[in-house]
Amino acid sequence: MASIRLSVPETAAPGEIIELKALIQHPMESGFRRGARGEAIARDIIERFECVYDGEVVFSSTFHPGMAANPLLTFFTRATVSGDIEFRWTDLTGQSWSETATITVE
Amino acid sequence: MVPEDSPLVLNRRAMIGGVGGLALIGLSPLTASAAPEDLRAAIEERFGDRSIEEARVTLKAPPIAENGYSVPITVSVDSPMTEQDHIQSICILSERNPLPNIADFQMSPRTGRAEVSARIRLGGTQTLLAIAETNSGALYSGTAEIVVTLAACVVL
Repeated sequence: MASIRLSVPETAAPGEIIELKALIQHPMESGFRRGARGEAIARDIIERFECVYDGEVVFSSTFHPGMAANPLLTFFTRATVSGDIEFRWTDLTGQSWSETATITVE
Repeated sequence: MVPEDSPLVLNRRAMIGGVGGLALIGLSPLTASAAPEDLRAAIEERFGDRSIEEARVTLKAPPIAENGYSVPITVSVDSPMTEQDHIQSICILSERNPLPNIADFQMSPRTGRAEVSARIRLGGTQTLLAIAETNSGALYSGTAEIVVTLAACVVL
């Protein structure tokens, strides 16, 4: 199970631009490396990241093998309503992980 | 004489195996890095022959990265991020990694600020390129020079 860490402010004023951080534990194996015996190590990367807030994808990203292991993203969104902000990662086999943080907007 | 099954002999075998593995790595076409032509091809594939203006995009990265496995970068674009005028995507491209594409970020007015930070891999000293596209289809770019002491993809 991948470990996920989020940084989301607990409260924000309506319209305020807030900083979000999302980290997931993942090797992001590039597929370009070789093992000790010279055998190719298969590619195993997260390809897609989405952040859903107030019924809309507010930020998303496509990763290639050039992303470092344990991808950490820092990005922004405008606070609109109180509720959940969902962070979702999907790897190239279709397996996905998600985590939700709650924000109060007042 | 050292018996055939002694640790010393095993160690020597392991050593020889390791050296052989290193030689294979050196010969492997998989470690070939992208040339600037690959970067140009990647830009052409994405944006065709549309003009890209070198403005508005700021790409921040350390001038010297001791380790190419994890290099923190921040890209920010000067944009009001309103419904009428916003950045809808930013891509990060490398001229020396095995693949020129590193990451794409999609944004909307709801993103609020056209800025994102990530950690990337770099296969050598190079000029990193970020290209941003506005909702009206205008393209802007910014670059950062990074000296990489220990490249990812070389030392395994």
